[in-house]
Order: sequence, then structure tokens, then C-alpha cells
Amino acid sequence: MSSFLIKMNFKCRDIISIRDFSKKEIDFIINFANKMIPYARGEKYEPILRGKVLSSLFFEPSTRTRLSFETAMNRLGGRVIGFADPSGTSQKKGESLADTIRMANAYSDAIVIRHHQEGAARLAAEFADVPVINAGDGAGHHPTQCLLDLFTIRAEKKGIKNKNIVLVGDLKYGRTVHSLAHALALYGAKLTFVSPVTLKMPIEVINDCRNLGVEPLQTASLDKAVKDADVLYVTRIQKERFPDPEEYNRVVGSYKINIELLNEAKKDIIVMHPLPRVTEIDPEVDKTHHAIYFKQAFNGVPIRMALLSLLMGGKL
Amino acid sequence: MKELKIPLIKNGSVIDHITAGNAVKVLHILGIPKGTSSVVSVAMNVKSKMGKKDIVKVENRELDPLEVDKIALIAPRATINIIRDYKVAKKHKVELPREIIGLVKCSNPTCVSNAKEPVKSRFIVVCKDPPKIKCYYCEREPEDIAERII
Repeated sequence: MSSFLIKMNFKCRDIISIRDFSKKEIDFIINFANKMIPYARGEKYEPILRGKVLSSLFFEPSTRTRLSFETAMNRLGGRVIGFADPSGTSQKKGESLADTIRMANAYSDAIVIRHHQEGAARLAAEFADVPVINAGDGAGHHPTQCLLDLFTIRAEKKGIKNKNIVLVGDLKYGRTVHSLAHALALYGAKLTFVSPVTLKMPIEVINDCRNLGVEPLQTASLDKAVKDADVLYVTRIQKERFPDPEEYNRVVGSYKINIELLNEAKKDIIVMHPLPRVTEIDPEVDKTHHAIYFKQAFNGVPIRMALLSLLMGGKL
Repeated sequence: MKELKIPLIKNGSVIDHITAGNAVKVLHILGIPKGTSSVVSVAMNVKSKMGKKDIVKVENRELDPLEVDKIALIAPRATINIIRDYKVAKKHKVELPREIIGLVKCSNPTCVSNAKEPVKSRFIVVCKDPPKIKCYYCEREPEDIAERII
């Protein structure tokens, strides 16, 4: 595998937005993640990041992203420092993000950051010499989620090009869907965006898809959109992103994915969700072969193992 | 004979073809008259072939064309003439630089550049005319650039 790594150099590169990567580079990361699967499951062990330390700075709550980064580092023999709640740090005393990053830079070999302000990861990258990975910046980007989503679609549907992919839910505030729409257009997928009128995909994202040669369909009707879909990507209506609680109350519960809906779809449709879910997917769906979201969450481990190895120079 | 609204200057700089109504903002961007004792004349809503325009004349000071390029944010068709002994010695059409730093406030209240961090606002120019800029940090494109000038 070492010759495989030589082909592209990711060492010390920041992972801020999926837009910073070419299709060739994304393919490279996904292919590497595929080789990481037995290591992610614990079936094989190679401590290729032994002696390396990852700073895990989570200024906002997280379950999957934080735990899968920690798992990825542990599975590769590295160590993790950091916090899951900034209330126990000097941020509480008014320390700037820039100074916190300077400290993490001094203590570790790479930094993972989730922060409530858009652009926080890009700012962090300015103050760090070690690579910075964006684990979500407010309503901005979440590139590792995007990579694991692409990894999952490619694995489950044997490709992305020309697949009918329906994104449903909060397309306005949802950070994952903006990055994902760009990446799927890059791969030539057929896109349909389903949302309440007030949560439509921003025009910048639509234009971005058009510039990549994909004309997305936009509708409020999930019933129609689901009939030809190969992938149904569901997102939560995120209460915490709404400036106006009244607006949230008007749209929450707009779409519900249940057995009846999936009976009208292709037999091999897959249902994905970045999680956490609240009420948008009926738990009955969990038992069907359509439900891929837990497998999707696991895929975060091999993707993050691949990235950490590439950024810190670990070789299998 | 054509009537001159503001007099010719012997030496200095003339910024011409400023979008009508924006002369005061242009002075603000250039930090004039702060830090200068030069005589500054402003003419607004002057008739021209292409409608109305504003003109700024700064006496006895040659403005650096690169510094003046910033005004293309709100006056993309402006020109700067350097005057020596009543004659135009140099003429330069403003052109937006690739990046605008510390001049425009991001319109996104939750952008990290609006937090108490030791960084200046930073925008990437995505279109020169009409001017369109994108925040380097949060990637939002402000629609009302003139209103966002710090």
C-alpha cells in the first residue's frame, strides 16, 4: 500500500471544505478508506500513527463525528487529547479561538475542530502549522461527512454517476447537504431537492450544480420524487439553526419516511441520514434493507482513518 | 464654453467616473481627508456622456494607483489621473485586487470574522464588474457591499 500512498500527497493538508478537493483526490481518499475497513472493524491492527497525538476540539455537541475520529485514531495506535464541551476550557475565560488553536498546535500533530461559527476551521488553519480538519463549522461545511456519504453511496450503489439521488428536509440550513450536492454534481448524479418552500436549497448551491453540468429538480412533493430514486438522503430539520422559533414550528414534521412511502419506491432504494434523527424516519424503517444510516455512520471510521493517515504520514 | 464645476488643479490626483452618489464613500475608503492636509474637492452628480458621475480632486498628493484600486468595490469604472503642472501625467483605470482585506464587514453575523478574533475581514473577489466578493471565512457573498464598508 505504500506505493499507493506515494501517488498523491496529502501530508499536512487542511480539510476545510469538500470544494477544496478534485474528483480524483476524493476518489483517492475513498479508495484508501475502502482498504481501511478491516482495520476499522478491529479485524486487523497496524499502529501506523503510534506516537502521534490528535487534538479533538468540539465546541459544539457531537456523537458520531467525535467518537468516530477518536475511534479512528485509537485503531491506528495514536492518542487523542481535547474536549467535548468548551465550558471546561479557557474559552470560558474569554480566550480567543486563535489562542486555543495555537495551544493545540503546540501539543499535537493534527487538529479536529467543530465550532458554531462559520469559517472557524479556516481561521484555525491560519493559526496552526499542523493539519486542521473541519468537523463542522456552524451552517458551513462538514467535509468528512460528505466523504463518508460518497463512500457509502459508491459502496451501496456501485457508483454515483447517473444515480437518482433525492435530498429531502432542511436544505437551507443543513450544512451536510450543501457540500453533498456539490460533490454529487461533481460525480454527475441526477439530483432532486425536496423541501418546504421556506427551507429550499440556496441559489448558490443550485448554481454550483449547474456550473458542474447538473440541473437539479426542485419540488415540495416527496411522494413523486421518491418513485425513481436510487438514494433517499434525509436530513433533520435543525431547530438550533433557526433564528425564528416560529419558522421552525411551521416546518417541523413536514416529511416522514415510513414503510408506506418506501413501498412506492424502487425495491433497492437506500435511505441515508447523517444522524441524529428525530421524527423524520419511522423506526419501522430501521428493520428494512433500505435503512443504511447506521452503516453510513460506521463508514465514518474508515474514512477518518484514511484521512488521519494521509495527513500525518502514516503508511500501511 | 463648458463650465467647470470644480477648478483645475496644478498638481495632484483626480478620481473620475465615480458612480454617482458614491464620492463620499470613496473618500472614506481612501482615508481622506484623515492624514492629509491637501485641499480636496468633490463634485457629485456631474453630467457626463454616460449619465451622472462623481469626481474627486486631491491637490498636491499623488495617490498610489494600487491603493485606489480598492474603490472599484463601489466605483468599478472609476479612473485616476495623476496631474503634474495641469497636465495628465498618468492615467489608470481602477481594477479590483484579488482580495479585499480589512475593508468590508461580513454580512453573516455568525461568521468567525465578526467574532473577537485577531483577524481582519478578508474577501475573495469573484467578479470585478459588477463587483461581487465572497467572504474567505464563511463564503457568504454580501449583496450590499457599499453598506458593509467598515
